Amino acid sequence: MIISILIIPLLGGIILLLSSKRPRWHFTVNFLVSSASLIAAVIVLTQTVSGRILTLQIGNWPAPFGITLVADLLSSVMVLLTAIIGWAVAIYANKYVNAHQAGEGFFALMQLMLFGIYGAFLTGDMFNLYVWFEVLLIASFSLMTLGSTSRQTEGAFKYVLLNLVASAFFLVGIGLLYGVAGTLNMADLARKAAMMENTIVLQTVALIFMVSFGIKAAVFPLYFWLPASYHTAPIPVAAIFAGLLTKVGVYALIRVFSLIFIHDTNFTHTILLIVAGLTMLSGVIGAAAQNDFRRILSFHIISQIGYMIMGLALFTPLAVAGAVFYIIHHIIVKSNLFLIAGIVERIHGSFDVSRLGDVYKKWPLLALLFFIPAFSLAGIPPLSGFWAKLTVIKAGLDIRQFAIVFVALGVGLLTIFSMTKIWAQVFWKEQPITKEHRNTGNNPVWMELIPVAFLALLTIIIGLLAGPVFEISNRAAEQLLNHKPYIEAVLGGGR
Amino acid sequence: MQLFLPLIIGILFSAGFYLLLRRNLLKVILGIALVAHAANLLIFTMGGLKTTRPPIIAESKKMIEGLVTDPLPQALILTAIVIGFGVQVFALILARRLYQQTGISDINAVKNSDVNTEQVEKDGSL
Repeated sequence: MIISILIIPLLGGIILLLSSKRPRWHFTVNFLVSSASLIAAVIVLTQTVSGRILTLQIGNWPAPFGITLVADLLSSVMVLLTAIIGWAVAIYANKYVNAHQAGEGFFALMQLMLFGIYGAFLTGDMFNLYVWFEVLLIASFSLMTLGSTSRQTEGAFKYVLLNLVASAFFLVGIGLLYGVAGTLNMADLARKAAMMENTIVLQTVALIFMVSFGIKAAVFPLYFWLPASYHTAPIPVAAIFAGLLTKVGVYALIRVFSLIFIHDTNFTHTILLIVAGLTMLSGVIGAAAQNDFRRILSFHIISQIGYMIMGLALFTPLAVAGAVFYIIHHIIVKSNLFLIAGIVERIHGSFDVSRLGDVYKKWPLLALLFFIPAFSLAGIPPLSGFWAKLTVIKAGLDIRQFAIVFVALGVGLLTIFSMTKIWAQVFWKEQPITKEHRNTGNNPVWMELIPVAFLALLTIIIGLLAGPVFEISNRAAEQLLNHKPYIEAVLGGGR
Repeated sequence: MQLFLPLIIGILFSAGFYLLLRRNLLKVILGIALVAHAANLLIFTMGGLKTTRPPIIAESKKMIEGLVTDPLPQALILTAIVIGFGVQVFALILARRLYQQTGISDINAVKNSDVNTEQVEKDGSL
């Protein structure tokens, strides 16, 4: 079953590439492929939700010699979220991608990028993770430069360069890890790392991985590529990037720092905790200085990443569950906000909040659809963000880490400030009339409102049904902290 | 070899990071390439260095006998080299496109995407 999650987008990407002469079919084909992925992801989640761990040994090579695909609860939840965002963007993109861009391979690259993301979530092998990272990166590079305006090229250049540095660090880490442990299978690594007596080299390797995944996840001193590049990409692309790509980095951090590098949590997880606090703060303060709709949102990605890392760094079952809940909430909300920014731009012809206005008066439905994810992001009850923040902060209070709790609460307050800034400027304020700027005269169409409404509905559902969602996060966290079932599922019980 | 390879790796890393810190676009990309090579060599040494011991099963035998070179790191770096090559070529083309579009070859001047839209339009540099 796991393999279908990888086969569907790969086949879809190939079909789309081969039919580049018929770009008009692309929208339909892409939609069908995304729907199939969504169904497959739901089926996988129904199989793993009970706590079962699905594994697949590629080519029947037994682990740890071959490549293993593993779907535990965290992986299947991430896969489902990816499929949901892919599906929503597949509908949304219809209005934004013309036949020419489709012919250039927009949808094909989109499917191949999703293919890479699914792979990164499912793999159980460190080197294979590197390969999946490169698959999704090369597709994202191309998507980012697809319009090739000079700003896009600039943004993409920074993005490409820093990601290549991250990949080089990743390779170094893999090399040293293999030298220390003699294996790259994650389950085998967990087993061997637990038995290792001299952990000083392992700690060094842990820090190298922290830098590499930290660049990809955009944590504090390493995030500068993100606000410089995300806003230059076309909106459907930016929405997927915003929701999913940094979360691949966060997922990788959670995976290795809960499975492999756990022998000296005093050292590694304290660094993570400090990084988390600074990430939250610098992201939210950076957002306050911005005027571009997308750049405000980009900085908020960074500050929200801080909360997830905080959950990982506190490293209690409740905190890790909080981090998982936060990821679930964040992916849906953040992609949705980017999609809404795109609709506002299509109507009013600008992303600059000082030039926008009047959206609430003219399009109350759109304003409502913005209100839900924006105030969920800020953590207003009963929306999903409230429960996510509550869990992480409660976990911090439980183990008396008051400093980080204080930062988290303060950042929540500043997030409200930022969201009210967008709300007041874009939705409430009267639009200033200037000579060089006028509205495009476009109206929002159902094709773009449906995915936005769908994601907003999911936000409400997560908020109202916080119990079951939290239960899933809790089980995922239990699986992350209790390695025995994972190791047995991958390596077989007899070992 | 035991002494030679670590030296080479060290030199490659330091030269690579030196180039990464330069301001010229092309030099930065060359830096990336050197760092990637250094990383590949590092993985290579992690399998342990043994000469004249290929991991090949002799025709009359059923299993490998004695100590042989670990073939896995070689398979890994082969993959890493191919991926790295593709990605570096993409970066080179991107740098060329950037130079064509903006005339910039100094990395400090690549800052249009870092400021607010309004400022860029005022400067007229968009």
